[in-house]
Amino acid sequence: MNRQAQGVVMLLFGGAVLKASVTDMYLRYVKEVLQPFLIAASVLLIAAGLMTLWYDLRAGRGDHAGHGPGDRAGHGHEDAHGHGAGQHREPRVGWLLILPVLGLLLVSPPALGSYTAATAGTSLSDEQRVVDFPPLPQVSLVELTVLDYAARAVWDDGESLQGRRVQLTGFIVTDRHGEPFLARLVLTCCAADARPVKVGLTGDVPDGLPDDTWVTVIGGYVEQTSIDPINEATIPYLQVESWREVEPPSQPYE
Amino acid sequence: MTLHRPPPYTSREDGHSPSRRRFGDRIGAVEIIAGLLILLAIFRSPIAAAVGHPAVQAWTTVFVAIMVQALPFLIGGVGVAAAIGVYVPRSFWQKALPRNQALAVPVASCSAVVMPGCECGSVPIAGSLVRRGVSQAAALAFLLAAPAINPIVLIATAVAFPDHPEMVLARALASAAVAVGVGWLWIRLGRADLLRLPPRPELDDASRHRAFWNALRHDTMIAGGFLVIGAAAAATINVVIPERWVTAVADNPWLAIAVMAGLAVLLSICSEADAFVAASLTQFSLTSRLVFLVVGPVVDLKLIAMQVGVFGRRFAATFAPLTLAVAVAMALLCGWWLL
Repeated sequence: MNRQAQGVVMLLFGGAVLKASVTDMYLRYVKEVLQPFLIAASVLLIAAGLMTLWYDLRAGRGDHAGHGPGDRAGHGHEDAHGHGAGQHREPRVGWLLILPVLGLLLVSPPALGSYTAATAGTSLSDEQRVVDFPPLPQVSLVELTVLDYAARAVWDDGESLQGRRVQLTGFIVTDRHGEPFLARLVLTCCAADARPVKVGLTGDVPDGLPDDTWVTVIGGYVEQTSIDPINEATIPYLQVESWREVEPPSQPYE
Repeated sequence: MTLHRPPPYTSREDGHSPSRRRFGDRIGAVEIIAGLLILLAIFRSPIAAAVGHPAVQAWTTVFVAIMVQALPFLIGGVGVAAAIGVYVPRSFWQKALPRNQALAVPVASCSAVVMPGCECGSVPIAGSLVRRGVSQAAALAFLLAAPAINPIVLIATAVAFPDHPEMVLARALASAAVAVGVGWLWIRLGRADLLRLPPRPELDDASRHRAFWNALRHDTMIAGGFLVIGAAAAATINVVIPERWVTAVADNPWLAIAVMAGLAVLLSICSEADAFVAASLTQFSLTSRLVFLVVGPVVDLKLIAMQVGVFGRRFAATFAPLTLAVAVAMALLCGWWLL
């Protein structure tokens, strides 16, 4: 891979990440907090690509006057990677950097959803048990994250949820028996560590919706639970009063 | 991917005479990229259909996510590495680190604590340190310590295990013991020819700025390219291994430890995030999860791939098993003592 091509690949990769991080697209892959770092890194990558092209084009025009002694010396060593003697090893492995560029620009894969939620167990681990749940705000309808609802329902035995109407937003994932669950994926760093949180539904259950349909459900706490067969963790339930389909949110994770 | 042989008549290093530069592989490589992009743009919809299967889609998302997540750490690490290689004089390291190698190892490990780095960034930095005359053992101790024991990682661990604050202590102690232990072992075991850094004459360029950008470009392409291999492998494991299989082995304590060590290597999760993944694997014993947290930041697919790229294949073939063995031993020791 010659230097011009390396410069072009760096420009493409930097440009693709910059494009993803100034739109909402980066939220499909990483947390919001990473945005400034992504922008800084992609700008630096673009700068490196431009500098590479600039130095290379100048050298290509025969402008050797500015070259230091080291620039043309020191080659001809057999390097540790076994490439031919006498040839400076331009990293061929760099070609692989085209793959994430294609992934971002061409495929732009969607946020993880029901596939991940169906293959991983609900993630309410005992070690993360919070002891004190702050009381819910005194409003007629409380908007909660799926994680917050599930945590209060399982660890607090629904204490702080008693008699309250709550609203949750998530996507539909059906288990092997065709029972729909409301799920949301929780991220710590990036989509590679996504863990699902699932809530079972009773009452006015949104039946027959395809997986990955986003819904907002309104309902209340119910003392029903089931066990996730994948990791034997507890899945709490919600007594659904009403539900409606919604557009997927720009922040798909919690 | 340029397969040309250097012309015998020239002593120029990059193997293209001025005429070849203009008409040969130089323009060829850029044209390949352009052609590839045009083809892919034309066949975009069949490609999109091919990646329509949910498993393939999940794979693509996880792969892209790892690359995006790693980019700031990669570029940050590569930037620091280039700055060390170009702007920091060799004499600085001789003054900063004890002359005695056995002392330099713990000092390097401690300096890593204050540098919140990620695996991806620490590999090129360690390469740059060796290039600037820091002893291999000290640079490798830094490489192992930087991602494993820094404030961000320890706070993340405390948040993930609120009921087990001893987990934080156990992780810090075991990881520090791994960095120092492997460093000391390397003084003994590491033959100088194992770690061979390819010559980088451009670092001595008369123009410092050109040298800096050249080093940045070179490290980005190598470390980034190998990061792609690691990310692809980790995404495959992430999507292919069903959680059900993993949890089936949790009941056997020794098998659980082996599986958690294996998972840490295969999953290649960032050290900032692995505590939360460990916390969610509740069926496993605390000790086996400590093994996961200690092994992950020092040996994983992503790191091995990058070490092959920066230090060479023979180095990685010795260093990775050595680190894995020490990491498992230290984690078991600290787990037995503290958990």
